[in-house]
Amino acid sequence: MNRFIGFLKKEFYHIFRDKRSMLILFGMPIVQIMLFGYVINTDLKDVRMAVLDHSKDEYTAEIINKITSSGYFQLSNNLKSIEQVDAIFRKGDVKLILVFEPDFGKKLVKNSKANVQILTDASDPNTANLEVSYLQGILQNYNVEINKDKQLPSSIQANFRMYFNANLESVFMFIPGIMATILMLVSAMMTSISIAREKELGTMEILLVSPLNPLQIILGKVTPYLALSFINALVIVGMGYFVFGVPVLGSFTLLMAESVLFIFLALSIGIFISTVAKSQQVAMMLSMFVLMLPTIILSGFIFPIRNMPVPLQVISYIIPPKYFIVILKNIMLKGVGFEYVWKETLILLAMTFGFIGLSLRKFKIRLQ
Amino acid sequence: MNRDVKVIKVKNLCKKFGDFNANNNLSFEVSKGEIFGFLGANGAGKTTAIKILCGLSYPTSGEISVAGFDVYKQREQLKRNIGYMSQKFSLYEDLTVFENIRFYGGIYGLSKEVIHGKAADLLKKLDLQHARNKRISSLPLGWKQKLAFSVAIFHNPEIVFLDEPTGGVDPVTRRQFWDLIYEASREGITIFVTTHYMDEAEYCDRVSIMVDGKIEALDTPTKLKEDFNAEDMDQVFLALARKATNVE
Repeated sequence: MNRFIGFLKKEFYHIFRDKRSMLILFGMPIVQIMLFGYVINTDLKDVRMAVLDHSKDEYTAEIINKITSSGYFQLSNNLKSIEQVDAIFRKGDVKLILVFEPDFGKKLVKNSKANVQILTDASDPNTANLEVSYLQGILQNYNVEINKDKQLPSSIQANFRMYFNANLESVFMFIPGIMATILMLVSAMMTSISIAREKELGTMEILLVSPLNPLQIILGKVTPYLALSFINALVIVGMGYFVFGVPVLGSFTLLMAESVLFIFLALSIGIFISTVAKSQQVAMMLSMFVLMLPTIILSGFIFPIRNMPVPLQVISYIIPPKYFIVILKNIMLKGVGFEYVWKETLILLAMTFGFIGLSLRKFKIRLQ
Repeated sequence: MNRDVKVIKVKNLCKKFGDFNANNNLSFEVSKGEIFGFLGANGAGKTTAIKILCGLSYPTSGEISVAGFDVYKQREQLKRNIGYMSQKFSLYEDLTVFENIRFYGGIYGLSKEVIHGKAADLLKKLDLQHARNKRISSLPLGWKQKLAFSVAIFHNPEIVFLDEPTGGVDPVTRRQFWDLIYEASREGITIFVTTHYMDEAEYCDRVSIMVDGKIEALDTPTKLKEDFNAEDMDQVFLALARKATNVE
């Protein structure tokens, strides 16, 4: 055990003394999140809004007033019928339409319940989502206000509908995408390079001749990256949540467990690459072209898979991050449990064992 | 010191890769404290044999024991009792002198106290006390090499394997390096060394020369020169190596 701790210490020295590693480990996730987050996100200010008011009573007037006076929204049109909605969205100026049901005020007083529909142009899904949450906030405040002196609380029911992107696909996709990219980068690329480096320097020979057995050597090499990747996963989810409001609707434990599984997979890929690559440079190139580019381009992170040509769609099925991104999306954004992600989990698990098996075989052949 | 104790015993060692005989029926013994030169052209099978002796790969057949341990069944103990140094010096450039010593001492299971004590003695002997906390990358080549050797024998192995330890080093430094080797030998550590420099072969107690997977000659340098009617080891080596057919 002492030997192992000595080994780990040495690995951490390597990492902490190498500026490049440190930059990739800690600079990269933060920069990526900031970039993606802010490029996609724009602050809400004077979003053009239209209103289709079937009721036209004091309550709707007051709600509209609240919304426009918030500074986030600006009333630009009053619509007459629901048929105008499509046309006005297509024109593109108006991003949001508020539809009050007939007798909104009466229903609110009598039934303590009234409906308002919020239609958004979700072709820019991130903004659409942001608008909805701002509006919800305003409506809720108003709700609290009118309930102040009442025995029986009334409630305004807000219904949402996203235009052009009904399932709100790719909203907040950047967090799962960055997570997959960074974990791949740290776990697979950095381990493969660090093992290749030992080979290049000739220190691997020394380690193999020493009483350490190969399993201890490999564990010693990957444990630091396992730990650092896990920290990165926490940082990414945390930054997404606190800085950009990306929710974690499902179980946080499940999310982290799946992340650890993906880290294991990435580490096993890294080990496999290092059994093939003799030098750091080869390891780097292999990781770049076999891992990073497909992760970014083919995993559905930036480009939707179903818009790809069929051959690329087929290839996307063998790309591990694809499954991880699906899992993350389901847990974080849809809030579903394990029963909805077990298939993907199983695929990741099988891939992990596959790569470990391949590496072991490769290693045995070398030792003969 | 008892020179009669045999620390390496090799009998009929064969190693085949498919149809290719990398090591063809090697038999030799090495005594305690001996400096044993293991020579041969590239592709003659030296590396294969060293790997087997170090417990890194299994022989196809033969009886081999190193430091009293069987290479088939007692690899763990075998590995604990040997040291190894290659041409690449194998120190971590981004660690300090002391961190390297501590790391290698640690993987051989030496305790913290032992490592600290021995490291202090070692640095004093090598006159490297001022460099204790300097990174290896800042040291000159000659120092790195001496340090690498000292680290290879830090855990007091029975035998140390040196695989072309002086490659790319100037003659003066090489000479100093051999002083270290002699010192280790006097302390009873057996030296098993491969080299391309024939002047170094002369420094060995005994020399074996491999050609095409077989040991073609094995004796003291003086005796070999007599047998081959040669002026120096270079001529002996050339006379034998000409026969080679396996050239890389």
